[in-house]
Amino acid sequence: MAAISRGFHRRREQNPALPPGQHLTTDFPVLSAGPTPHIATDEWSFTLTTETGEQRTWTWADLQALPSERPNVDIHCVTSWSKLGTSWRGVSLDVLLADVASSAPYAMAHSYGGYTTNVPVADLTDGKAWVVHEFDGRPLAPVHGGPARLLVPHLYFWKSAKWVRGLQLLDHDRPGFWEGLGYHMYGDPWKEQRYHGQ
Amino acid sequence: MERTALPRAVGVGRWQEARLVALRDESASARTLRFDVPDWPGHLPGQHVDLRLTAEDGYTAQRSYSLSAPPDGNHIEVTVQVVPDGEVSPYLVEDMQPGDALEVLGPVGGWFVWRPEAAEPVLLIGGGSGVAPLRAIWKARASAGIASPARLLYSVRTPGDLLFSDELLTAPGVAVLYTRGAPPDSPRAPHRIDADDLDAHGLSPHGADGPPTCYVCGPTPFVEAVTQMLIETGHAAARIRAERFGATGG
Repeated sequence: MAAISRGFHRRREQNPALPPGQHLTTDFPVLSAGPTPHIATDEWSFTLTTETGEQRTWTWADLQALPSERPNVDIHCVTSWSKLGTSWRGVSLDVLLADVASSAPYAMAHSYGGYTTNVPVADLTDGKAWVVHEFDGRPLAPVHGGPARLLVPHLYFWKSAKWVRGLQLLDHDRPGFWEGLGYHMYGDPWKEQRYHGQ
Repeated sequence: MERTALPRAVGVGRWQEARLVALRDESASARTLRFDVPDWPGHLPGQHVDLRLTAEDGYTAQRSYSLSAPPDGNHIEVTVQVVPDGEVSPYLVEDMQPGDALEVLGPVGGWFVWRPEAAEPVLLIGGGSGVAPLRAIWKARASAGIASPARLLYSVRTPGDLLFSDELLTAPGVAVLYTRGAPPDSPRAPHRIDADDLDAHGLSPHGADGPPTCYVCGPTPFVEAVTQMLIETGHAAARIRAERFGATGG
């Protein structure tokens, strides 16, 4: 039985689009562990590394030449804000992963600046994840992960690695940056998997 | 962003009841709340907690708040600034009274933390209520008696917005930097923190005691500006830890 906070009353309508424990925000808060890296698009590249060490790299121009999609999705931050109906443009991970031979079940995203986060490959395929480079019709700002970030909106937003520069495919799951600091290995917002052990 | 081992006090666990035992008004719109948490596992300065309020009808709302005091047995403190049109912060700052209860989960976060065994200099830079976790680090480090230097730069709009004024205004090593309105006797005209402020009140990356670890906490634009300034003045990105919060949501 939860402790009642005497005198506390609901001030907001319940919204069925919000996972448990989340609240709506209309601006775009930022959760990052350090300074924002500023990466020019002509320095940027994205490298897929398979479990056998095979590599495939895309430059910025390569990425732009691929067919793009415009996902319109809800995003949920572990710090309890959610933002509904965000619009992005980018390349589906299905397109990128189709270019390598791999049966690895896990992936580690790597970012400029040293950030990492782990995501199962099954959560990156079948139209569930993208490498995005536009937000709201404009180039993605560095503070929000530009020039390109991962977008995996069905998991808490720390899994959508900002400043992404590659994916390493792995036979075994390993914790990334926040996952090694007490956050959940998978991070399903609908199961409220915020922290280790939940 | 390199790290070698799992830290102590990664924390979390389960929701547990916390009872308000003391209140202190910090400004017209901010308050420090002290809670008794019977099974509190301890925490590291810089960590935060999730707080959850439950109404009579079962409705709940939760938010994250930095812990503003060092570990102290079963007691924890958070310092909350009211967010206009907020849902949780007005209750915490305006309505909650000693004896009232809520639930707490934590401590959370293993990156924006200070460890008692860390002997290197620290440079703490806070904007607005972003000073809260830095106050926990500052107090913990002071009572640990560490020889290397520490500095706290606290950017705040006006004297009326100052949090922890009794502790910070006259403390050696602390610089309060007003952005909108300064006291009449202040030699510094109000403006946003700049490279001259860092030069005058910060710590050099090339000092005799070695480069400081920098902790920057505040609203996103403040953290972006300060972290870029630190990099431009020679601080290594790997020695800069940041915590940002958005303009709304509380």
